[in-house]
Order: sequence, then C-alpha cells, then structure tokens
Amino acid sequence: MTLAWLALPVWLVGYGINIAIARGPAHDRRWARFAVPAIFGLTVLAIWELLVRGLGVPAVILPPPSQIAATFAANPEMLWRDFVQTILKGALSGYAIGCGAAVLTALAVDRSEYLRRGLLPLGNFMAALPIVGTAPILVMWFGFGWQSKAAVVVLMVFFPMLVNTVAGLRDTTAMQRDLMTTYAASWGQTLIRLRLPAAMPFIFNGLKISTTLALIGAIVAEFFGSPTLGLGFRISTSIGQLDLGLVWASIVVAALAGTAFFGLVGQIEKRVTFWHGSQRKG
Amino acid sequence: MSVASTTSVTPRRGQRLPPVLGVVLALIALWYVAVVPMNARETLTQAERAGAIIDPPTAVDRRDMSSWALVARNPGLLGASWSLDRPRLPAPHQVVTELYASTIDEEINGRSGIVQSGTLSNRSLVYHGLVTLNATFLGFVIGATLGVVLAIGIVHSRVMDMSVMPWAIVSQTIPIVALAPMIIVVLYSVGVQGLLPKAVISAYLSFFPVVVGMVKGLRSPDRMQLDLMHTYNASKARVLWALRLPASVPYLFASLKIAIAASLVGAIVGELPVQKGGLGARMLAGSYYGQTVQIWAALFVAAALAALLVWAIGAAERRALRRMGMAP
Repeated sequence: MTLAWLALPVWLVGYGINIAIARGPAHDRRWARFAVPAIFGLTVLAIWELLVRGLGVPAVILPPPSQIAATFAANPEMLWRDFVQTILKGALSGYAIGCGAAVLTALAVDRSEYLRRGLLPLGNFMAALPIVGTAPILVMWFGFGWQSKAAVVVLMVFFPMLVNTVAGLRDTTAMQRDLMTTYAASWGQTLIRLRLPAAMPFIFNGLKISTTLALIGAIVAEFFGSPTLGLGFRISTSIGQLDLGLVWASIVVAALAGTAFFGLVGQIEKRVTFWHGSQRKG
Repeated sequence: MSVASTTSVTPRRGQRLPPVLGVVLALIALWYVAVVPMNARETLTQAERAGAIIDPPTAVDRRDMSSWALVARNPGLLGASWSLDRPRLPAPHQVVTELYASTIDEEINGRSGIVQSGTLSNRSLVYHGLVTLNATFLGFVIGATLGVVLAIGIVHSRVMDMSVMPWAIVSQTIPIVALAPMIIVVLYSVGVQGLLPKAVISAYLSFFPVVVGMVKGLRSPDRMQLDLMHTYNASKARVLWALRLPASVPYLFASLKIAIAASLVGAIVGELPVQKGGLGARMLAGSYYGQTVQIWAALFVAAALAALLVWAIGAAERRALRRMGMAP
C-alpha cells in the first residue's frame, strides 16, 4: 500500500520538473524538447510499477514494467525470430510489393484521364474500407506462411498509396508544365524532371501512412492462422496461456519496429524532399 | 490521404459517374474471369467424380500443374466454377445471393427471423452488423470526445503539449490493433464483457487521429485573429469558444472520417478473440469452417458499413460547413 502512495510524490516530482523546463527560458532548446516527453514517459512507467506492486494487481491482468523488461531480456532469440517472421518477411515484403505496384499503377492511370477519373474515387473509397477483413480469405489462399501476410499487407497499402501518388503526379502548375513544353520535353523527361519530384511529398505521405498499415496487416493476419512463430501468433497464444509478460514484450517489439520503420521513412523523406516547405525551418 | 483529398480536382457528379461505372464493370468482369483458374482444381475434381474424363486423369498429376494449364487443357468442363459449394473464390452473384439469403431472406422467412420470432436472427448479417455497429459507435463517441478534450488541454498547456504530444505522434506509428486480443481477455477476466471491451479498442483507435487533427485545428487561427481577440480583452475560454473551436471544425471532420473508419476496424478485430457475434466473429467462423461465401458476405457488409459511416460524416461536414459559411 505504501508503494501505491509513493506514486503521488513521484508524479508531482516528474510533473514539477516538466513545468520548470516548459516554463523556463530553455523550453525551445533541443534537449528540452527531448527531455520533457522522456521524463513524462519515465514518470508514467514509475507510477505504473508502483501502483501495480502497491495495489497487488495480479500479473495476469497488468504486469509491472519491470516484469515486461525481464521477459523481453529473457527471450531475445524467440522475439528476434518473431520479428524476422512478421516484420521483415511479412510486413516489409508486402510493403515493398504493394507500394511499388501502387506507384506503377498510378503512372499507368496517369496517362488516361478516363482511368484516373474512374480509379481515384474508387481508390479513395477502398482506402476507407476495413481491408483487414480480407485476411481470412488470403490466409486460405496463400497458406499459413508469411506469403499470406504479405498479401494482406499488399492490399492494405495499395489504395492509400495509389490515391496519394495519383494526386501527387497532378501537383504541378500550368506554368511549370508550359515550361517543359517549351523545352520540347517528352512525357518521360517531364515525368522524371518535373512531375515525380513534385509528387514526392505526396508519395512520402502515402509511404508513411502505409508503414503503420503494413504492421497492422501483418500482425492481424497472423490471428487467422500462422506457423508457430510471428508476433501476432505470439500475442494470441501467450494470451491463451495468460503469459501477459510475453504479450507485452511482443507489443514492445511491434511498437519499436513501427516507430523505427516510420522514422526511417521520415528520414529518407527529409533527404529527398529537402526543398519542400514542410521540411524547411522558419 | 488528407493531402490527396484536398488537392484532387473533383468534377461534377454527372461527369464522374461513367468512368467509375466503367472501372467497376471492368473489375467485376475480371472477377468472373479470375473465378475460373482459382477454382479449377476443385471443379475438375468434382467433374471427375461425376464421371467426366479429364486431361491429366488423376488428382495427383494435377497437383503440380498451374491453374492456367488446367484451364487450357479442360476448357469444356469448367462451367461449374461459378456455382461451387465451397469455392476458393466465389463468383460475385454467389456473394450477392448469400447476402440476400443471410439478410432479407433470413429475417423474413427464417424460423428465428424478425417476422416469425420478433427478434433479429443470430444467423443474419443484419444482427451481426448491428452488433459491430454498436461497438463502433460507442467507441467512436468515447474516443472522439476524449480526443477533443485532450487536444484542448494540449493547446492551452505548454507542459501537456511538450510531454504528451510527442507520445501521441509516436503512438500513430504503432500497430495498436496488436493490443486488441489482450484488452478483450483482460477486461473479460475482471468481469467486463459484451459491448464495452470492443468499444475500448475502437475508442483507442479513433482517439489519436482526433487528437492530432484537433490540435492542428485549434492552432489554425493566425496571429491577427488572436490579436483581435486580445484587443477585445477576451478570456481564454471565450477565445476557445468564439475563435478556436469554429476554426477547428474542418480539421475535426477530416479526422472524424479517419477515426470512424479506424473505429470500425477496431470493433471487427475486437470481435475475433471472443466469439459472441459481430462481423469479425462471422469472418473467423467462416474461415474455421471453410465457408468462403460467408466470409465474403460479411466482408461486403463491413465495406458497406464503412462507406455508410464515412458518407454520413461527410454529409454532416458539408451541412456544418455550409451553415458556418465556410463552404459554398
């Protein structure tokens, strides 16, 4: 019980430090922008630990962070194999195929006004649908291996990516296109010199949305059947055994992978679209 | 997606319909064609049992051949592809028939349908759709309300902004659905069951798009407008009510559209671990028992629900913006 009461002063201290930094003169510095959320996160973890231990919450309902960390540290090989199966094989291959196919489709669609007008509303419509629901069908078609997960991911990322790329390819002004015409540039030259670079912010927007969708697709598809490894498999079987520590450890892996994947695409975006307004300071 | 929808030029409805119709018809035609190779093996096995002579005569020989090769060698025997009992890929009309059978037909003529028993049949997609819709709505309302409240807090407190906002953004990159089975099972073990666990997942999924969108929206008034409020000596609450909230309405609707679609996904995924009705439970049951047509029918109902929900929010958006004088 005393541990639970300790949560209050811990919260007050963490919050107090954050207020001091946020109201202080240094709140715009880089370290402050990093320190405040970090302190907030650590405070939440500490309170979680203290409340769970102090109130005696059973570990099958909510394990304390220390137990999650211990489980994580105790099973690095298994979690790594799950990571390879779900993220590298299932999500990444599907992501590459889906996004590649969407960009190629967008280039094909772009040449025909009729197709563009027909496909764009459909793509917008499909992008809002619960495509995860196709997982049972695709698992039936492609088997329990990572191929079926990749197929779900392909379907999930295709439409947001298509819509964004098509919109991006149209994002040039009449003046720019006229300039290319006066240079007697061919369709291919215009595409490479003007329209693809102009489309990059849109393409990266689609790529960033797709990173999360890819992980969701790969994990949820494993709930419908998988070999005896993979993050989704680990989550659903560990719940059956009430091994919540392992469930949370798998979720931590998924979260870290998602953040790293998103961050990587964001970094590439910064390099590629350095000229765009959203990437410049001031 | 938001970038795409704001910049794509939308022609008038009369001009847009024919291309969409053309593409849809082409897709349906493609579907009918794809049914043949997808179901070739099963069709030929059935034809063999009925006594027909097939080019590679045994199933063992056929196993290693590609579907297209089978189709090319036995063109005359594939008529049954479109009417198999348990096809790998059902034909569109089979899905439509199943849709009719498990909604209107089941309710009117079925023994446990609404006409004969007074309650919705638990074998009908109307019932399962409503179960999912309830969870979706409840979760959406909870998630959107909390999201707006948190966004208001973030805009008014620098500490909250600096400590919570980065986590809200990071949480967008996390496959949150992975939490779904755990939330369901944990809430179940403490005695909470039924609608609420699914709604919690829906709320969780719809929460973050609303936070991020609303923070952007509440910050959208520019310096000049805020200065004007300042010269009126307006209180913070007054600025919020008279300037920030009206200015955030377009952002709110844009994120509500994403949120309700996410909410539906959350409800469907939340129905997977506990088999107590709903479209997700229907899909999983279909995949256990190989009832492909049933999965497709549930999928179509889910798609129709998503379309309906997004359309409803879009309609509310147009109405609200028109009344506020922000749209023609």
